[in-house]
Amino acid sequence: MSTKFMQISGFAAAIVAIQIFTQITDSSFHLTQLTMTAYYSLLVIGLCMLIGYAGQISLGHAGFFAIGGYISAFLTTHNLTSIKGKPLIALLSKFGLLVEGKDLYGGGLLAFQPWVACIIAVCTVLIVAYIIGGPVLKLKGHYLAMATLGFGIIVYRIVLGTAGLGAADGISGVPGFTILPGVTIGGSGSGKIMNYYVAWGILIVGITLLLNLISSRVGRALSAIHGAEDAAEAMGIPTANYKLKVFVLSAGFAAVAGVFLTHYNGSIGPSEASVMKSVRYVAIVAIGGMTSLWGAVFMSLILNYFSLRGSFGTYDDAVFGVILILIMLFAPDGLIRTQVLGDLKSFFKRSDSKEATL
Amino acid sequence: MELLLQYIVAGITYGTIYAIVAIGFNIIYNTTGIINFAQGEFVMLGGMTAFTLKEYMPLPVAIICAVVITMIIGALIEIVFIRWLHKPSVLRMIIITIGLSILIRETALHIWGEGVTALPYFTGTSVTSVNLGGVFISPQVFWAVGISSIVVILLGIFFNFTLLGKQMRACSANREAARLCGISTQNMVTFSFMLSAAIGALGGCIVSPITYISYDSGSQLAIKGFTVAILGGLGNSTAAVAAAMILGILESFSIWALPAAYKDVVSIAIMLIILFVKPSGLFGNAAAARLKEY
Repeated sequence: MSTKFMQISGFAAAIVAIQIFTQITDSSFHLTQLTMTAYYSLLVIGLCMLIGYAGQISLGHAGFFAIGGYISAFLTTHNLTSIKGKPLIALLSKFGLLVEGKDLYGGGLLAFQPWVACIIAVCTVLIVAYIIGGPVLKLKGHYLAMATLGFGIIVYRIVLGTAGLGAADGISGVPGFTILPGVTIGGSGSGKIMNYYVAWGILIVGITLLLNLISSRVGRALSAIHGAEDAAEAMGIPTANYKLKVFVLSAGFAAVAGVFLTHYNGSIGPSEASVMKSVRYVAIVAIGGMTSLWGAVFMSLILNYFSLRGSFGTYDDAVFGVILILIMLFAPDGLIRTQVLGDLKSFFKRSDSKEATL
Repeated sequence: MELLLQYIVAGITYGTIYAIVAIGFNIIYNTTGIINFAQGEFVMLGGMTAFTLKEYMPLPVAIICAVVITMIIGALIEIVFIRWLHKPSVLRMIIITIGLSILIRETALHIWGEGVTALPYFTGTSVTSVNLGGVFISPQVFWAVGISSIVVILLGIFFNFTLLGKQMRACSANREAARLCGISTQNMVTFSFMLSAAIGALGGCIVSPITYISYDSGSQLAIKGFTVAILGGLGNSTAAVAAAMILGILESFSIWALPAAYKDVVSIAIMLIILFVKPSGLFGNAAAARLKEY
């Protein structure tokens, strides 16, 4: 049996164990945060692929997450009743793409089916990522960081400033998303355990996909790009092409996470698009060890969970800032992968040798 | 016509602020090759500290003290977090300075709270204005433009005619060579942090009466300052001033065409376009830019 299979089944077993533990200790309220954590982790592993394996930083991934979430939320809540008679709407309705329901005040509500909205949302994000990825990924270092940061801020400003998207309040009343008969992603109390398994199941699918990608020809090409881009190019690897593909892939992961989490929460707000969120995701990838998918998943599980539980109180952002600095100063290869002792040794050795040269 | 001029004046006012932040970026970039993502936080710290200090002393003294305090903070940041790193990668420096900016911002939040603060107008009040050919200009605008111009001139003199300034330039031209000439490159880096912190803080004090300052003003200013620095060509402070005026005026005209909420979108979109089309900047030399490491 391959190690990959062992790792994934071990992880799945841990997920089941956590659920059983909460069942026994009668603390199933933890499952809500754990479910949300799973969706955030989906974004994080996509970003890990981009930063760790392709070596390209992105400070705008919350933007992709928000675009996905917002499009899905908008389409499933925007009432089309008033323009019901229009041929386009009638056509959409005929193909079963729309769903009728009741709004908060009992009036008629005609909106898109969640699965239609989901497909539109993810496709839009993929297209956006493809369009901006071309020019953005030509940039390096500071310029790349600033360009992606700029993209994130633009998305944030737009969702914050557009009245149709709820401005500062965001969009609420997003319906549940029935992905299979009887399986609904939504915040209704009864499906808590099911939602937990769906979320982590989706994450496991994502991890499996990426693990396979890493150990394939593409993964080896990516690590070559990360090591030395010019050398990789000289070896005949189409570096620009690979970088763009990974960028689009990771944006897709962010979009899927955004769509599902929005349906799960029943709402989305502009804070999901904020720069601090993007920085947070980068922080988690960095702490997880950049090139370690499992490290990223593990750190995402811990940090997102405690952050969502509110354990850090008003110091929430500060905690991420401090962690980011400490990790980058003392263990730039991440916490999970480094042998702490050896690292300390080399740290002191380095400062010794530095003093010697001065 | 008068409206047009009024927009231009508003643009120049914002332009001065952006120019100051951009100059701060450039000073550190020139000596270290780092973009200090925490540059905007220096502006915020300056404005906030002066606001607190003015309770206990006259305004000019409070501003000077705020500038000195921010300068010391800048020096401490460099000494504690950056000085001892051995050839850090660009990615590592980006993440560290982002972390620092979060840390400073959160500290400010816990010290000053979420409220907005504003220093009093240096002369007159918020409603005083000078009528200049039909255009009404707040005296604070003159202060902002005047002080910024003096800062730019002083910086020019400092970098061209003083020993310390020349040493810092030598450092940016060639670190190894500067070191061989007996210049302490590490101290020069500390100086550059102090200088850019001081300029940022001064900028914060000047703009505080016009734009108000709160704990989270820094990052917005930083991205504008960076846009301007890029627009003028990274490292070129004179061009940055020109670029700042262009951006300020464009931004103030954008309110005509778009809702004010999208003002930031316009300037960031300009930054992205410049990055995509001509990363060496409007006034930069593409061939020279290629030789620098990013």
